[in-house]
Amino acid sequence: MSPSVRLQEMIRVIRSARTQCEERGVIQKECAAIRAQFRQADNGGRSHNLAKLLYVHMLGYPAHFGQMECVRLIASPRYSEKRVGYLGAMMLLDEKQDASLLITNSIKNDLSHSSPYVQSLALCTLACMGSAEMCRDLAPEIDRLLKTANAYIKKKAALCAVHIVRKVPELAELFNTAARSLLTEKNHGVLHGAVVLITELCERNPSALPHFRKIVPDLVHIMKGLVMSGYSPEHNVAGISDPFLQVRILRLLRILGRNDDEASDAMNDLLAQVATNTDSSKTAGSAVLYETVLTIMDINSECGLRILAVNILGRFLLSNDRNIRYVSMMSLQKIVQTDHNAVQRHRGTIVDCLKDQDASVKRRALELSLALVSAANIRSLMKELLLFLSCCPPELRAQTASGIFSAAERFAPSQRWHIDTALHVLTTAGGDVRDEMVPSLIQLITTATELHCYTVHKLYRALVADISQQSLVQVACWCIGEYGDLLLRGECEETEPVQVTEDDVLDALETVLQSHMSSPATRGFALTATMKLSTRISRNVDRIRSIVSIYGSCIDVELQQRAVEYNALFKKYDHMRAAVLERMPVIDRSSPGHDNGEPAMIQAPDKTKNNPVVTLTQEPTNQARDLLDLLGGSDEPAQPSTVQPAPAAPVPDSGSAGGDLLDLLGGLDSIPDPSVTVYEQNGVTVKLRCDRQTDVGVTATLVASNTTDSDITQFTLQAAVPKCVQLQMRAPSGDVLPARGAGQVTQTVHLNNPNKVSLRMRVRLSYCSGGSTCQDTVQVDSFPASASH
Amino acid sequence: MIKAILIFNNHGKPRLSKFYEHYTEDTEQQIIRETFHLVSKRDDNVCNFLEGGMLIGGSDNKLIYRHYATLYFVFCVDSSESELGILDLIQVFVETLDKCFENVCELDLIFHMDKVHNILSEMVMGGMVLETNMNEIITQVDAQNKMEKSEAGIAGAPARAVSAVKNMNLPEIPRNINIGDISIKVPNLPSFK
Repeated sequence: MSPSVRLQEMIRVIRSARTQCEERGVIQKECAAIRAQFRQADNGGRSHNLAKLLYVHMLGYPAHFGQMECVRLIASPRYSEKRVGYLGAMMLLDEKQDASLLITNSIKNDLSHSSPYVQSLALCTLACMGSAEMCRDLAPEIDRLLKTANAYIKKKAALCAVHIVRKVPELAELFNTAARSLLTEKNHGVLHGAVVLITELCERNPSALPHFRKIVPDLVHIMKGLVMSGYSPEHNVAGISDPFLQVRILRLLRILGRNDDEASDAMNDLLAQVATNTDSSKTAGSAVLYETVLTIMDINSECGLRILAVNILGRFLLSNDRNIRYVSMMSLQKIVQTDHNAVQRHRGTIVDCLKDQDASVKRRALELSLALVSAANIRSLMKELLLFLSCCPPELRAQTASGIFSAAERFAPSQRWHIDTALHVLTTAGGDVRDEMVPSLIQLITTATELHCYTVHKLYRALVADISQQSLVQVACWCIGEYGDLLLRGECEETEPVQVTEDDVLDALETVLQSHMSSPATRGFALTATMKLSTRISRNVDRIRSIVSIYGSCIDVELQQRAVEYNALFKKYDHMRAAVLERMPVIDRSSPGHDNGEPAMIQAPDKTKNNPVVTLTQEPTNQARDLLDLLGGSDEPAQPSTVQPAPAAPVPDSGSAGGDLLDLLGGLDSIPDPSVTVYEQNGVTVKLRCDRQTDVGVTATLVASNTTDSDITQFTLQAAVPKCVQLQMRAPSGDVLPARGAGQVTQTVHLNNPNKVSLRMRVRLSYCSGGSTCQDTVQVDSFPASASH
Repeated sequence: MIKAILIFNNHGKPRLSKFYEHYTEDTEQQIIRETFHLVSKRDDNVCNFLEGGMLIGGSDNKLIYRHYATLYFVFCVDSSESELGILDLIQVFVETLDKCFENVCELDLIFHMDKVHNILSEMVMGGMVLETNMNEIITQVDAQNKMEKSEAGIAGAPARAVSAVKNMNLPEIPRNINIGDISIKVPNLPSFK
């Protein structure tokens, strides 16, 4: 009896079980019977039992007791038993089991068996679960089999060799010559296996590439044969002759042609031929075309071919078949970095795909849209993206929100637009926004000084409507705390002002403080905001005092600490309150690695320089710590509460409010002008001023002015730096130098110096003065020390 | 490389599961469940590609699936395989099954799981595509089956006899034989099963 009959009986019994529990019972009984049979001596039904066990294993029940049986069956001389034994080995055994070592010898014997089917069983099992030791033992056997006459065995041996190369990369050289000779075969199966093997060898070992580049003509010849041959019934799939083999060969050509002109040249004709002759109405043709396009884009192909490729992708994008649209978007993603303009042409279609009902297509469209954002299309594209955010599936929201933020940061056409976009994102998807967005948004708001009124009005409205989105609430609280006076004034040019009383504002903040939806960080924001309002409102200071004192006994340690310190500010240090809670100066974006100013503050009485930049996330807690520092450094007598503005330095940096105070304590010295004149001729003066200096980079501004009597036009600066330094030049403020120093042209440059070489820069100026153009080059060998270091 | 090949029905019951990378048994079952969960949510007119679930490697791996009547055929592949090619491969696989089983249906896959595995090993080996020519695959599978049958030897004779008679086309036994005015009623013989 063939094994299946008894297996079928068991399957029938299992299927007739009506509940999960019944099924479990049946299977347990069967497993017990199988176990008992395994323990018995050799009987005719061993293979049936193992087959039954494998079925049970597929359903998810434990079957490890069958492992030794697999080993025994593999060693049996009968084909039927070997077959089931090897199947069991593939399903139950793996490298981690000890039993897998026992079958190495059986496999070795079977690899030399007279029947090709037994050999193929052994090859198949080795390729599926062969461990590194087994592979090392049997590699010579596989090499021998690669050279037999039987095509059936050859193709299996080729794939087995791929597995060996993956497991034991050192053995790759063993197969180099055999792989090349396999390419002369006619049998498509063998060719396929050979191409896969060569692909694997090239990917593992880039030094083998020159060796294999010599086969490019052979591959081209094979491809030509496939493409130009007429209908061959054997390998035909939807009108294309063996598309699987074509795709494999194209992929290998891609690897061989990358970064190599000679190989790329050899392929150009072929690729053009395939691209134009392949019929893409069915999936098979599309698969070949798609692979051709990817190959063209990856190798050093000529310009016309690249244009052809992008056009094909564009055609794919318009196809009705969703699969093809998905696949074309994936390939556009790969080339958007290198051929940005070509992909921009298809932006409209891509943005339309955002509205497709298929989630996979939406995801691809989102990634592509974010990659296509540029200064030119930011407004229209952002409209689409915001629309998408409001109706996108939940798993894509976080990605969309952060993508929108970074795009807005890079290309915002105006500050108001930027703030509007950010607020829109916060209100639609505030819960999915990353935590770092809050400080960067706050930093943005502080820089947009004219828009403070507008911002605080909008945020107040949003806060009153909904306090569940933590990021939104945090930003809103901070703004209300800072700009509460603007809010209460009740007038705003940019938007409809909202008439609020002080009580309303305090109510809103208190709701946030008491709501169970607020996280501890949000409450901290709200408490600090309430405190800051004490200097900005006139009538309800007592209410604030009472709120703050309640939180002096709060369970949350952070809130309690803040409340206690604010209480102290009310009681003992009331004269300092206004100074400490003053409006925050503009925060500059700091680079990581800068300290936040605390150690500097403690030594500050001796220093006259401004402190390094403070990152915003520490701002709210810094205020409390400022206070501690003041109280701790008790040698200084308390200063009067009015703070004079920090010395007007050309540097736009700022310190925290506490730092300003301590500058006072140390006395005011004028800070020397840190800019250096680099060029002075024909009435044109160019000064270099260092804005920021770190170990690995310098940001500097070139300031040009004109002392002649006539304007100088078309003033441009170009800069060059040593090879290992990277240079970024921002747009200049203009190109006209007004006469007699009436105005200046500034241009910021940023040098990134990761190797810490000594910095030099060569600057070339060109300008038109009095009708004649002048050009000059000047070398800057040393950068002045920055004032903020 | 193909990481796994799964066939399950519309309720998530596995009909074939072949993994080309090692996972524990628990993980294998979880992968089947997770894949079923992801694939069953899909509409019928969306594309056949999905990002892989977390267990099977996340966004590096794709699930390429086809839905035929009551069965889902899912191939989990990594980025080195051509997606459209795998879609065609699934089609070739199903056509091969159809040829081997004569109008294959879910029951055939259930009761002949070992045969399906044998056919699959002729197509995909060690996670790589081995042979895509349907006729070649069927030839090899037939030859192997013949070899197995020939081994059964004398012990297999009764079974072969039974199956031979079953396949014999017996004409319909008449209930009544009417010759002229003689009417003979044919007794009810037990049917030969």
